[in-house]
Amino acid sequence: MHELGIVMYFIDMVEKTAEDNNANEVVSVTLEIGEVSTIVPSYFRDCYKWAIKQTKYMQNCALNLVIIEAMSFCRDCRKTYSTTAYGKTCPYCQSKDTYLVTGDEVTVREVQVK
Amino acid sequence: MDQAKIIKVQKSVFSDNDAKAEEVRQQLKQKGCFLLNVMSSPGSGKTTLLTQVINRLKDDYRIGVMEADIDGDIDANDIIKNTGVEAIQLHTGGMCHLDAGMTSEGLENLEGELPELIFMENVGNLVCPASFDTGSSRNLVILSVPEGDDKPLKYPKMFEVADVVVINKMDAISFFDFDMNVFEGFLRPHNSKCQVIPLSAKTGEGVEQLVDWLTAEITNWRK
Repeated sequence: MHELGIVMYFIDMVEKTAEDNNANEVVSVTLEIGEVSTIVPSYFRDCYKWAIKQTKYMQNCALNLVIIEAMSFCRDCRKTYSTTAYGKTCPYCQSKDTYLVTGDEVTVREVQVK
Repeated sequence: MDQAKIIKVQKSVFSDNDAKAEEVRQQLKQKGCFLLNVMSSPGSGKTTLLTQVINRLKDDYRIGVMEADIDGDIDANDIIKNTGVEAIQLHTGGMCHLDAGMTSEGLENLEGELPELIFMENVGNLVCPASFDTGSSRNLVILSVPEGDDKPLKYPKMFEVADVVVINKMDAISFFDFDMNVFEGFLRPHNSKCQVIPLSAKTGEGVEQLVDWLTAEITNWRK
């Protein structure tokens, strides 16, 4: 259900891009999904398959999902580490003063139109 | 166009909603209207707490309520019956969250002059509402004691966007394993600034502290 809401925003954005570029159809679209973006790729694909049937330009549009690894940075020892393995605690110095650098994005990278 | 062509977009899926939310927020600020987005799981006591807070503030401010739910209008009717303020029900049409567009429509549907204080009850859910900025002035997150003290660990995004966290059902704390120190330990790595207010919407204990927080925030917002 969560994924469906995001799919709707995603499709609106791609349809608008196609419209703005006078395209006849969108052949493929590449979406970056961060590991900790709260999106489950398989659910997202299921919602997508259902939702494109209602679109003007995306009836046959292939969906490429690129998963972006979640990485955090430690302000104390200034090292970078995997967020999914260690969460908020730095594995090198045990500091909790860390922040997420990548991994929460839901970004449309590019669309291929013709 | 026959040749296939690649268009670089590099834009967040949330960017259109974020822009709309900022627009809504600026309009509210100009009109001196404070909008509180209330988020929590189902059954955390949102409607009971709102009734308590509204009854303490309704002589000071012109108040409106927007209730979001997937369907039904029980909450809106309860609020009207128990407080007498204007309440409208927003149906999200199956969606699990409110977004800035729905907020904007809801504001247009409130009758008469724009209230000075609006409570917006988001859909009961700790996941989706956190991803969609509604354009509210501030975000209130309610967590109730029976849900457990580990929720910031499981739903970090919700606790990151909170300006204030209410721990509700404190009257029942002796029956559960909820530990305030454990809760703080899970919360603070995600949000170092937000205020935490333990209270009981049922007995009214602690509600005054939330009312004080709200009054100070409203004063700040209208400066």
